[in-house]
Amino acid sequence: MTDAASVPLKKTPLHAAHVALGARMVPFGGWDMPVEYSGITAEHMAVRTAAGLFDVSHMGEVEIAGAGALEAVQHITSNDAAKLEVGQIQYSALTTPEGTFVDDLLVYRFGPSHYLLVINAGNIDKDVPWIASRAQEKVPGIAVVNSSDRYALIAIQGPRAEEILQTLTAIDLPAIKYYWFAHGEIAGIRGTVSRTGYTGEDGFEVMVPAAMGSRVWDAVLAAGKPMGLIPAGLGARDTLRLEASMRLFGNDMDETATVLEADLGWIVGWKKEAFLGRDVLHAQKAGGVARKLVGFEVVDRAIARHGHTVYHDGQAVGVVTSGTQTPFLKKAIGMAYVPPALAAPGTALEVDIRGRRAKAVVVPMPFYKRGKRG
Amino acid sequence: MAYPTDLKYTKEHEWIRLEGDTGAVGITDFAQQQLGDVVYVELPEVGAALTAGQVFGTIESVKAVSELFAPVSGEVLEVNTGLKDRPDDVNSKPHESWMVKVKLANAGDADALMDAAAYEALLAK
Repeated sequence: MTDAASVPLKKTPLHAAHVALGARMVPFGGWDMPVEYSGITAEHMAVRTAAGLFDVSHMGEVEIAGAGALEAVQHITSNDAAKLEVGQIQYSALTTPEGTFVDDLLVYRFGPSHYLLVINAGNIDKDVPWIASRAQEKVPGIAVVNSSDRYALIAIQGPRAEEILQTLTAIDLPAIKYYWFAHGEIAGIRGTVSRTGYTGEDGFEVMVPAAMGSRVWDAVLAAGKPMGLIPAGLGARDTLRLEASMRLFGNDMDETATVLEADLGWIVGWKKEAFLGRDVLHAQKAGGVARKLVGFEVVDRAIARHGHTVYHDGQAVGVVTSGTQTPFLKKAIGMAYVPPALAAPGTALEVDIRGRRAKAVVVPMPFYKRGKRG
Repeated sequence: MAYPTDLKYTKEHEWIRLEGDTGAVGITDFAQQQLGDVVYVELPEVGAALTAGQVFGTIESVKAVSELFAPVSGEVLEVNTGLKDRPDDVNSKPHESWMVKVKLANAGDADALMDAAAYEALLAK
């Protein structure tokens, strides 16, 4: 670990825009990032009812290209990248040999032998050498390039995202399916548009050269304003993703939790013959896990937070990994690791909230699911 | 924002509005801005004894949990139960959204607190 105080915070290509908009800036994963502009509740609600604009340029990008690229990606990630067509994206895990998370990531298939991995900002320094050494142990000489500084990444999320973005591009946005992408011009800037996001809402992520980021940001802000789009910060991003039950690396999963414990069996390519952590995950699939990530609602008036201890029948049984009061559902919800015997919806739990035991109950995830598109 | 001159302020960003030997206690506009959207306020029961400078409750925003510090010592006479359903009142009208009303144990406690000008000077530092 580096000493956060001694290292200057990094700035995304949109940093000046955030400051000009009056955002409250906070350190996040080594970056100086906007946590809120008009308020977390207002921003959260805008994304659920109209649209929100997020700077996610702090995310890292790593490209793997050349003969053997698929083999390398298959070796280092849990999901089955062989299923990807060019233009398609997959959620996956960068796994340790123990089946735990080095990181979670998106895998874009850019070309027949060209993959782009989008990784967490706070993990770039750890992931890049890991990816390079693990990819090259499988495919000696394979090209692994950290292109994180080359891109600005902007997320437009919400039911009106498509309508807003379509005013700025000739790309046929309705033709882009969930977890697919297309190349083209956005506000006159050549880039990539994917139908992806971290909010549980319909929406897009736009990747453009770093130097062009602020032009696209300003254009989306201006085009979206009449339709209710507002800039949204990391605070709303966190409450939105939690409502949608999307895991956050460092909270809900890390190098001590396996992909199955995080209840993400759907991102494991069970038919793959080999990948890092495969044996552990197959053994857990057959023999069961010792703990499992579940969703819960706090029944009493109180808010469970990351790190709070979870009890059942007076016994400490687990720990809260994420928790908040969500603006849209207006409930205190969270995720926690508990023994599998306590994972069934309806199971009564208690959470120790600063010395007071608050009643909670296991509920199915996701907490929030948007209506069908169109 | 000009801070009301009928309030006394603490360096922990609470205010108290005195009426005779009782006082209503809340948090300042600066405090609510720092917290962001308030979603939950945990307050003591009527009859509880507060000690000046000690924690008497907690306030949670979407992002953060903060403690509430008593500006004076005394007994809780009344609790603003309306904040259970409308915690966001603390954001929209911080200087009207009192949390507890206290019967002061020592009338002199309030003399040690800041007036509006002194509080604004503290914020300007």
